[in-house]
Amino acid sequence: MMSEIVQVVKVGIADMNVVKAPHVIRTCGLGSCVGVVVYDLAKEVAGMAHVMLPDSSLAKSEKMNVAKYADTAIEELIRRVIGAGGRNGHLKAKMAGGAQMFQFRTGTTDMMRIGPRNVEAVRQQLQRFRIPIVAEDVGGSSGRTIEFHPKTGILLIRTVNQGVREM
Amino acid sequence: MSYFERMNAVHMDILKEIGNIGAGHAATALSKLLNKRIEMTIPDVRIISFDEMMDIVGGADNVVAAVFLRIEGDAPGNMFFVLSIEQAERFIQQMIGDEQFKLEQDCSELSLSALQELGNILAGSYLSSLSDFTNLNLHPSVPALSIDMIGAILSYGLIEMSRVGDHVIVVDTAIHEEHQPDDRVNGHFFLLPDPESFHIIFRALGVEHDE
Repeated sequence: MMSEIVQVVKVGIADMNVVKAPHVIRTCGLGSCVGVVVYDLAKEVAGMAHVMLPDSSLAKSEKMNVAKYADTAIEELIRRVIGAGGRNGHLKAKMAGGAQMFQFRTGTTDMMRIGPRNVEAVRQQLQRFRIPIVAEDVGGSSGRTIEFHPKTGILLIRTVNQGVREM
Repeated sequence: MSYFERMNAVHMDILKEIGNIGAGHAATALSKLLNKRIEMTIPDVRIISFDEMMDIVGGADNVVAAVFLRIEGDAPGNMFFVLSIEQAERFIQQMIGDEQFKLEQDCSELSLSALQELGNILAGSYLSSLSDFTNLNLHPSVPALSIDMIGAILSYGLIEMSRVGDHVIVVDTAIHEEHQPDDRVNGHFFLLPDPESFHIIFRALGVEHDE
């Protein structure tokens, strides 16, 4: 049997993608954005979204990118993971990100608190679809690059100061 | 019609001129501060996707030193002064007079506040020249410094823009020290006006930007 070359599927900002083992999926430089993974371990399939804003009601444009907003991204992500072989009722989630990169002493607007708001919105959406969050690394003030392995269900999180951690 | 489609060559030229004047003043300030010649590139004004924006500075997980400040007043927006780690170290070395200084080893309060102050002075001179040129009231927030992945840092400046689309208008000016190889651009000024600010800037300069 030939061993397949492992591909790293990239997820851009306000983007989503689905991957099957042995391939892995990655998104880079999460700050206030949240990287959320929905996966079915037994089927070795996973989807990842790079969510930028908590709610699509913030949108001021007619053209809609569903991957950008927590309330639209999670629903679509679940649909795609199921489309790729994932089973309803067997899906689990992991998430990382939602940092507050800059601390301002004055004039902290709602938009500056976007990280915690993103985390809260993603959590709510996962709850809405009854998908348990089995691991999360959120908040803080560091950027994160994350990589998910559908075969093992392991999420690798890299930060500048703490190196790589497994979750 | 999206406001990107309403941008024409005149609008792009205006933004280019703004970058030219702003970064020109900032480069002069930097040159005086360090007593060195600083060269700058012709500003680049681009309408690009978020991911393309990260690619300008080496990809989303490239680690940089960046000073971020929010522009408040008539035409709100965001401004970033982004330095490679080596360049940030060199600037700090020159300012605190310690040639051995490395960012990884000892991030003392003094060195970080020196870098923050550098960003403050440069962004302040960029902004005040922009304010003089347009006759708009613009003032910077207290600058915030971060040494981290560029994607994590710049995405803060994209929040307002992301509400209207998946692209960003960025006014990018690169600077480097004299006698450094040209292909090694070591600092970027990014001006990212909020979507509503473009027509304010254009109108202040006598150019309409409506349907």
